[in-house]
Amino acid sequence: MRYLIAGAGPAGVVAAETLRRHDHSATIRLFCGEQEPVYSRMAIPYLLSNKIDERGTWLREPGHFETLAVDLVHQRVETVEPDHHTVVLSDGRRETYDRMLIATGARPVSPPVPGLDQPGVHHCWTLADARAIAARARPGSRVVLMGAGFIGCIILEALVLRGVRLTVLEAEDRMVPRMLDATAGAMLRSWCEAKGVAIHTDTRVQAVEPMGAEALAVHCEQGTVFPADLLVVATGVAPNLDPVRNGSGATLRTGRGLQVDSRQQTSAPDVYAAGDVCEAADWYTGEGAVYAIQPVAVEQGRIAALNMCGRPARYAGALPMNVLDTLGLVTVSFGHWSGVAGGDSVRQSDPEHHRYLRLEFDPQGRLVGAIAVGLPGHVGVLRGLIQSGAPLGPWQARLKQAPGRIAEAYVARVAGGG
Amino acid sequence: MGWQRRILRVNLTEGTCNPEPLNMDWARQYLGQRGLATKYFVEEVDPTVDPLSPDNKLIFATGPLTGTAASTAGRYSVITKGALTGAIACSNSGGYFGAELKNAGWDMIVFEGRAPEPVYLLIEDEEARLLPAGDLWGRSVWETHERIQHDHQDPMLKIAAIGQAGENGVLFACIVNDLHRAAGRSGVGAVMGSKRLKAVAVRGTQGVSVADPRRFLQVTMEKKRILAENAVTGQGLPTYGTQVLMNVVNEIGALPTRNAREVQFEGAPRISGEAMREPRPTDGKPNLITNQACFGCTIACGRVSRIDKTHYVVRNKPQYWKASGGLEYENAWAMGADTGIDDLEAMTYANFICNEQGMDPISFGATLAAAMELYESGAIGKEETGGIDLRFGNAEALTTLVEQTARGEGFGRDLGLGSRRLCEKYGRPELSMTVKGQEFPAYDPRGIQGMGLTYATSNRGACHLRSYTVASEVLGIPEKTDPLVPDGKPALVKAFQDATAVVDSSGLCLFTTFAWSLDDIQPQIDAACEGDWSLENLLAVGERIWNLERQFNLRAGFTGADDRLPERLVSEPARQGPAKGLTNQLDKMLPEYYALRGWDENGVPTAETLQRLGL
Amino acid sequence: MLKALSILPDKCTGCMQCELACSYEHEGVFNPARSRIRVFHFHDEARYVPYTCTQCAEAWCQTACPVEAIQVNPATGAKEVLDNLCVGCKVCTIACPFGTVNYNQATGKVIKCDLCGGDPACARYCPTGAITYVDADLTAYERMRTWAARTDTQAQATA
Repeated sequence: MRYLIAGAGPAGVVAAETLRRHDHSATIRLFCGEQEPVYSRMAIPYLLSNKIDERGTWLREPGHFETLAVDLVHQRVETVEPDHHTVVLSDGRRETYDRMLIATGARPVSPPVPGLDQPGVHHCWTLADARAIAARARPGSRVVLMGAGFIGCIILEALVLRGVRLTVLEAEDRMVPRMLDATAGAMLRSWCEAKGVAIHTDTRVQAVEPMGAEALAVHCEQGTVFPADLLVVATGVAPNLDPVRNGSGATLRTGRGLQVDSRQQTSAPDVYAAGDVCEAADWYTGEGAVYAIQPVAVEQGRIAALNMCGRPARYAGALPMNVLDTLGLVTVSFGHWSGVAGGDSVRQSDPEHHRYLRLEFDPQGRLVGAIAVGLPGHVGVLRGLIQSGAPLGPWQARLKQAPGRIAEAYVARVAGGG
Repeated sequence: MGWQRRILRVNLTEGTCNPEPLNMDWARQYLGQRGLATKYFVEEVDPTVDPLSPDNKLIFATGPLTGTAASTAGRYSVITKGALTGAIACSNSGGYFGAELKNAGWDMIVFEGRAPEPVYLLIEDEEARLLPAGDLWGRSVWETHERIQHDHQDPMLKIAAIGQAGENGVLFACIVNDLHRAAGRSGVGAVMGSKRLKAVAVRGTQGVSVADPRRFLQVTMEKKRILAENAVTGQGLPTYGTQVLMNVVNEIGALPTRNAREVQFEGAPRISGEAMREPRPTDGKPNLITNQACFGCTIACGRVSRIDKTHYVVRNKPQYWKASGGLEYENAWAMGADTGIDDLEAMTYANFICNEQGMDPISFGATLAAAMELYESGAIGKEETGGIDLRFGNAEALTTLVEQTARGEGFGRDLGLGSRRLCEKYGRPELSMTVKGQEFPAYDPRGIQGMGLTYATSNRGACHLRSYTVASEVLGIPEKTDPLVPDGKPALVKAFQDATAVVDSSGLCLFTTFAWSLDDIQPQIDAACEGDWSLENLLAVGERIWNLERQFNLRAGFTGADDRLPERLVSEPARQGPAKGLTNQLDKMLPEYYALRGWDENGVPTAETLQRLGL
Repeated sequence: MLKALSILPDKCTGCMQCELACSYEHEGVFNPARSRIRVFHFHDEARYVPYTCTQCAEAWCQTACPVEAIQVNPATGAKEVLDNLCVGCKVCTIACPFGTVNYNQATGKVIKCDLCGGDPACARYCPTGAITYVDADLTAYERMRTWAARTDTQAQATA
């Protein structure tokens, strides 16, 4: 059996390991499109804040893949040809597969703003980006961060810790709009502002122009101009569908991402997908969704690999979950935090202490979503309560009284304690 | 180490919270908790102060072992001038509150003054602030607990509070923490109420360290084994709680019954620890659900009960159907044998209300018993009782009056005075079973002679927990003495009093002494605390504390004449049982006790004694 | 044979010795707030439930870790946090559906049960046998029994 895995991010790596665990004799080839050791994008902010060195970003120890007898190949998979069970690599060679996994992840997207292609403008996505940002983000540098979404907020802290003068521009009305509601977004904002970060929401960048030899002028629609030594663009990511779009012949079904069934199989036989590239069913609605988060990626990688090596496994659906630590304020969100039709909800807010908890229940009395700011511990039980689908019974009323009792509710209703 | 070396001073009049370093010179002389807080109190408060005036202070104090892994090391005490007694008060409580306070980084809290409006104190580690309690005032301990946890969205907050009893000035109001653990005696809750302090809520995450961790872990582990292997602490207390005593004490004829008219109660088997475990005929379930431990306790004597839903008293009150703190021996005696009541469910309900509204069930039950005797003797009638037929044995009177007393309604207002003031009011002071204004508990001194001297000399008024000679006279710990003779009891009482003062100052629970002697406790203190904590030094600390408390009381106006038992115990012989025909021989014991203490014939410490103790 | 923690809530008295032992073992201080095991108190039902990581086979925390800072100790089967690798990203704290991986603000790392390297302090300090460290097979059996008992009490709990 010959397995190819396109993409050496968390989904690809976990898939390779899972395949090896269950199939000791197969050929497993893992393709890494960057000329770097297998590393974790999640770790880049910590590299930028000098908490770790580059080695600290490595997803696995050196020698790991040799030990597993997984061939790590530093070639990008340019094209997948399902009709022929082949792929085309960046050096033009073709390789055949019996089964393959597309785990090519996501890539940053830029808004259609003129001037984003000049020196001093960077995404923060790859190790190469991180090195370029580190070179420019020095103590006292003027840095403009375009986008206060999830990735923006993750690197926000790293930039502050580097001692730059930071201005954050967000086009929408609040910080991290896809993860936080207005209350939580406002809390995060006041927290950041208290730490000396200038935050501008409802602010769209119109154009970026050079200003002198080294600097940039960031023009906003309102007419404001922010001078910057560095502009970091963090305006979102999208599935990297290049390998399925480049090809000819049978095309794989795509929506916002590469569509898969509950076994992580694409519309072509023997081709599977996992991680940020794919569009999988939402755990609650069953509709296709792209959440681009690590826990979903690794779980999909595992499920895909199990099916690839003949061990039927079904993915229960993708549950969005995010955690952010922004200068010491920890925010998390899970599931359908904005609520579902006919549901019920409770919100407990303590702006003075930057604490907030919002729970959303569905009409069947199950937890379907949550946002928490400054929650002290046992955060994971929110996932447990949501994903187990456990009816809360008398605990729904108790949680409405005291949402902070989620850990008790979990132990009582799911872990068999109460 | 052991101590956090920091105290919180809260001026309620001014609304300020200020940290202070702990006085370590005093810590070396008084250890912690009871001893050390009493030292602070004596240094700062005029002994003649009116207990309910703003000039009285209220101290919550932990011990150096509180919050550590030593077994039972979760205790704290409340020290003040008692509202019920006018004497030094020190009420000890378990649960989780004390350890939480210590974990927040505080050895004690000193409350001064009186808040202009009701407040509660919130402590989150080093941060302490007073918050308005206007909407908590008038609420029960249980409601207050729920509200505060809710308002701060922190189910981990540990809360000590007063209920309506403390607000209404019930003189035996207590302070309840963790819903049903109490700093119970002497009216410390009334003092808290007089300060308009509704509650103290604490969250502590800082941790507690000890001086010599390796030795501490080794010795505490070894001593836990002793508790586990001992028949009382390893089996009796976890199985039956303190209620293990009901049948035992009844057998030996030392169960004060119907306001101590008798010494045996025919209904004892129906209100005993054994009865609490029997399935009820109505619903087939026992009253007792489980035992519960306080913080760090490897004994777990606490009772958790559920009242029979079909019982008249809760049939229409589902809020009392859930599990809560069940009957301990003293409570079962006071609201059972002493009132002649044998309805376990009604008594459990009254116990719930005492917890919910913050009342000492010993004083409440004993006061009700005195009122019943007043009623049966004709000193009061239905005009006074509001139509209640206050005969001994009337369970409905108990369940009605427990509510009225907490709320300060009807005849409950009279009961809230405590038995001495009640009996004086109705012209029959001799019917009050009190010493220094405090109701004595569940051991009749005619059948257990040493307890007579214990009650008479207790610095906080009649109390079994100042020198629990029952251990020796009934259970044979550390060795058996004859309960019916006074000989040897003065030395026993003195030794127990001094050792108890050490235990109460350490953070440990006195119940460990069923299995542990001071020899077992000393190495635990020594490993936790820097400094000299030899046995000799600890004994000196215990005796010093006892004399310090005594001096406070003497300055407060007490004299040797107050070291006296109710007339009934020394003049009316026991009517039945092994002690039949006996009275308590206090007169024989007291002079010898004074001499052993190094006090003069009036019960005043001699100059030499004070000098020896460094007082 | 691998051993595992067996937890029998019916035997728990809520004394917190496990939390004290755990915090001391890992932090050198008696501090329940830093314990990897927590006793939940269901006051109204008079139930105390010690709760910690079950070292689950799925190992959500381990797979979610972006830097391989959670690894299996082959001697004990425990998923252990390697402090020198952990960057404090907290993804494991949301990935673990049991809520038994927690972030420690003081160190900037996450903490979880590591079975104390094969001699769990919580089990050693538990005075009632509510927490024991036994052959892993046995706990599967106990877990089934607890589960079965739970289905009986469920009706009561919701009534």
